[in-house]
Amino acid sequence: MASLKDLRARIGSVKSTRKITSAMKMVAAAKLRRAETRAAAARPYADAMRRMLAEVARSVAGEGGQPALLTGTGQDKVHLLVPMSSDRGLAGAFNSNINRTTRNLVLKLQSEGKTVKILPVGRKTYDFLSRDFSDLIIDHRHLAAGKEIPFSAAAELGEQITSLLEKGEFDVCTLVYNQFRNVMTQTPTEMQLIPLALPDNDNADNAQVAAYEFEPDEGTLLSSLLPRNLQVQIYATMLETAAGENGARMTAMDNATRNAGKAIDRLTLKYNRTRQTNITNELIEIISGAQAV
Amino acid sequence: MSIKVKIVSPEKVLFAHDADMAVMPGAEGDIAAMPDHAPLMLTLRGGVVDIYEGDAVTNRFFVAGGFADIAPSHCTILADRATKLEDLSVDDAEARLAGLEKSYEEADKMNVPALDILMDKIQSARAEIEAAQSAIPGMSL
Repeated sequence: MASLKDLRARIGSVKSTRKITSAMKMVAAAKLRRAETRAAAARPYADAMRRMLAEVARSVAGEGGQPALLTGTGQDKVHLLVPMSSDRGLAGAFNSNINRTTRNLVLKLQSEGKTVKILPVGRKTYDFLSRDFSDLIIDHRHLAAGKEIPFSAAAELGEQITSLLEKGEFDVCTLVYNQFRNVMTQTPTEMQLIPLALPDNDNADNAQVAAYEFEPDEGTLLSSLLPRNLQVQIYATMLETAAGENGARMTAMDNATRNAGKAIDRLTLKYNRTRQTNITNELIEIISGAQAV
Repeated sequence: MSIKVKIVSPEKVLFAHDADMAVMPGAEGDIAAMPDHAPLMLTLRGGVVDIYEGDAVTNRFFVAGGFADIAPSHCTILADRATKLEDLSVDDAEARLAGLEKSYEEADKMNVPALDILMDKIQSARAEIEAAQSAIPGMSL
């Protein structure tokens, strides 16, 4: 049976844990709000980019010699996986979901006889994957830990992927990231970046819109739009990851705070009972001592 | 009659307002977006976008390259990086230009596509310096 002193110490330590988790929850909530604002601010550019790309791609459709960023290399042998996690833990299953999805994907592709290369983004997924697949990792990156993610981070990653494609290092590129549905739910999602799944063309429904002219010609415009589009898509997933990380951490810390509260209640009850037992015992000793006299 | 002009950078929307005309630096020459302009998509070089209401320039932005989508009723400028002209810094731009010229010197002269990209960036930095200088001496907007 635990002594009163031990129980007091345990209650004290659970209380300070609860303070930490509830503070982390507040911080995550504040960061989440900022991350969501940033994700919303980045959407107009992505939308406009998608519209332009769809328009240009429509007008070159069917022509030969299209850029590899759009159509891929025409092969399906070497897969480049880009899993994206957060840099920090204590966010519930947020990072382990990414890790598990990536792991299953690697094993599936390997069993189909494909070559797999991995370029992890975010420290948590790099740490995990370098245990099992260290020979497949060609490079890795961190997100800006805790800080706001600049567009240049996405631009650099996009440029790296583009130049790997030009060197013929891979045929298909897939991004694995947590899609932000709401604060509670983030779904691990695989998104194929190369070859590109062409976005819907909003303008196509609108017969009023006359055919676009392009300056310079469609091909040149397309080949400068595509790398940019890749960067924009990566940027969008980075922002979603940042928002999702904070959402997941908020939920996880909320649960932890609640559990700590329950543990404190339980321990306090036990503490009080033990104290009462001790007092009763002492009384019995005194009374039986007095009777014996 | 006016057009909806929107200037967006990857990070946020900088300007969204109705205007009578927007003059932008197209890669192959300056282009003005006006109401009922034929639909056109173009690439931009580094330079200044002027927003007109009536005959007066109401807003000036520096864009470091990008794309533009001109349609009869709207005009969307997708800038790689966009700044209000007043907020530009000559020193920053000059530092960037110096860095770019250095990497141009060191670059592999056989790699033509990479050189072209560098040249575009240098042009954009020069345009930025020019734009920043023009904004300083009590520009009447």
